[in-house]
Amino acid sequence: MAIEVHNVTKRFGSFTALDDVSVTVKDGALMALLGPSGSGKSTLLRIIAGLETPDAGNVSIAGQDLTAAPARTRGVGFVFQHYAPFKHMTVYDNVAFGLTVRRASKNEVNERVGELLSLVRLDGLAKRYPSQLSGGQLQRMALARALAPQPKVLLLDEPFGALDVQVRGELREWLRRLHEEIHVTTIFVTHDQEEAMDVAGQIVVMNGGRIEQTGTPRELYEQPVNEFVMSFIGPVNRLGDALLRPHDIQILPGGDFASGAVEALVRRVVHLGFEVRVELTLPDGRDIWAQVTRETTAELELEEGQILSARLPTPRLFA
Amino acid sequence: MSPGPVSQALERHSPRRRGLPAGGRSATALGNGLLAGYLSVLVLLPVSALLASAASGGSAAFWQSVSGPEAVAALKLTLVASAIVVVVNALFGTLIAWVLVRDEFPGKRVVNALIDLPFALPTVVAGVVLLALYGKGGPAGIDITFTRAAVGLALLFVTLPFVVRSVQPVLIELDRSMEEAAGSLGAGSWTVFRRIVLPNLTPAILSGAALSFARALGEFGSVVLISGNLPFKTEVGSVYIFNQVENDNVAAAASVSVVLLACALVVLGAMTWLSRRGSAHGG
Ligand SMILES: Nc1ncnc2c1ncn2[C@@H]1O[C@H](COP(=O)(O)OP(=O)(O)O)[C@@H](O)[C@H]1O
Repeated sequence: MAIEVHNVTKRFGSFTALDDVSVTVKDGALMALLGPSGSGKSTLLRIIAGLETPDAGNVSIAGQDLTAAPARTRGVGFVFQHYAPFKHMTVYDNVAFGLTVRRASKNEVNERVGELLSLVRLDGLAKRYPSQLSGGQLQRMALARALAPQPKVLLLDEPFGALDVQVRGELREWLRRLHEEIHVTTIFVTHDQEEAMDVAGQIVVMNGGRIEQTGTPRELYEQPVNEFVMSFIGPVNRLGDALLRPHDIQILPGGDFASGAVEALVRRVVHLGFEVRVELTLPDGRDIWAQVTRETTAELELEEGQILSARLPTPRLFA
Repeated sequence: MSPGPVSQALERHSPRRRGLPAGGRSATALGNGLLAGYLSVLVLLPVSALLASAASGGSAAFWQSVSGPEAVAALKLTLVASAIVVVVNALFGTLIAWVLVRDEFPGKRVVNALIDLPFALPTVVAGVVLLALYGKGGPAGIDITFTRAAVGLALLFVTLPFVVRSVQPVLIELDRSMEEAAGSLGAGSWTVFRRIVLPNLTPAILSGAALSFARALGEFGSVVLISGNLPFKTEVGSVYIFNQVENDNVAAAASVSVVLLACALVVLGAMTWLSRRGSAHGG
């Protein structure tokens, strides 16, 4: 169900964590809240869940204003950053909690828990305790627990933050597929732009308690509205006030000055698998780097100390 | 469904959370030896001497000492009073710890420091304080001296810190997001307390309660002044033992001591077992 946040402001003492923030998440969407640490993402998520009260503004879910409603009546599934497992309960009892609280019958609980445990692939582990699970298993248990009472919306706070890199990619893929399967409106918080772009259909970029831009991954990458978004969402070169994407810089053989290319000295060539990072010095002494393919590198026989031509794209200037 | 590659990768990366670090074992051998020696001198020897003394007259004499009407009355009073004290402590100790950890109020630090007062005060001094407060003509306006209520009050006073101080750190460390999670799953505050907070505090409450029970069983200084030590009415076990020693009846004193010791050990053991069971899975 749709989530609407209107003009929410939240202060902690004299510090403004959220400054007049408005967000709309469409029914069934998978949205990322992306921003550097301290930008207010978790605070916004907690306000939607009712775990924090806004100083101004309102929150509604499925068209119903829930600003004053306590967390327990909101129908929000929340997955905490460190999963908040109930340490003294088995995996089964953790997942069943939201059902037993509602006095569901034993059979009902049994059926639903079994269903969820197989959805998150923890079938054999129902009798284990949280201390006997790995980080990724805890995360999936927390997800099953949040989904058990059939929440209207699902909120995940840095769902992959505490996992190691190798596992993260697989779980990302898995979360996206899970969302396709169950279609519950989902917001997740992340500070990793690649993660946001990989998983979410819609991204809200936050900075300093404000929303900088909202859009699809592609919109944000191709039409960033300001310098912050452009540099947060992908790699950039900075030439004074102008910003260029490294892969927009075209490298040509030395002496080829077609359409405004300039001379450039190759300082370093770094092979990063498929991509090659070429660090260049321009005639005016400024350093930039370009991202090229292995083919280009081979064709031009790129090596340190070489002089060639570089065609810079029209730089973006943000007022 | 079989565990997919994700689960397998996760298994590989799961931190070892059970078992001792292997390297620590040999290094602790010396430590264990020292500990055993130290404890022998401090605990084992005196306890053996006590047992020997209690057994010196044979089992008939032992039985006679502990089944005499005055001894039985003293032991009964001690056990019943201690049991009541434990229950009150478990309840109010937890409540005080909760207020001290979760609430903000002016003077909180002073109150927090005051909790330790019964530990810091010599127990006889505690007895004098209680006598001055609740004795004849005291500011409280009530006189409870020479009553069983006085025994209970004295025991409550000296055992106050145990549960508070064992619950407090656990409550501070308790992950608040567990409570938030339970709340967002639909639980009201009482359900959150009963199903989330309390089970996590239980081991600490039990160990604090066990300690206060053991302490109450043997308490002497604070009780001796205010209770009046009336046989069959306000005479507790420890005072009875003291009187037997005064009357050169050392074997009888030792016999009753052994009974108290056994009670303390049983309760400590039971509570340890219970709290182990309760926290076996607490990560
Ligand atoms: N309960 C709180 N009390 C005081 N300051 C807080 C509290 N919660 C968050 N903050 C502050 O608000 C800012 C935003 O926090 P948060 O929403 O957690 O950011 P993010 O999730 O983007 O890292 C941070 O500077 C943080 O220190």
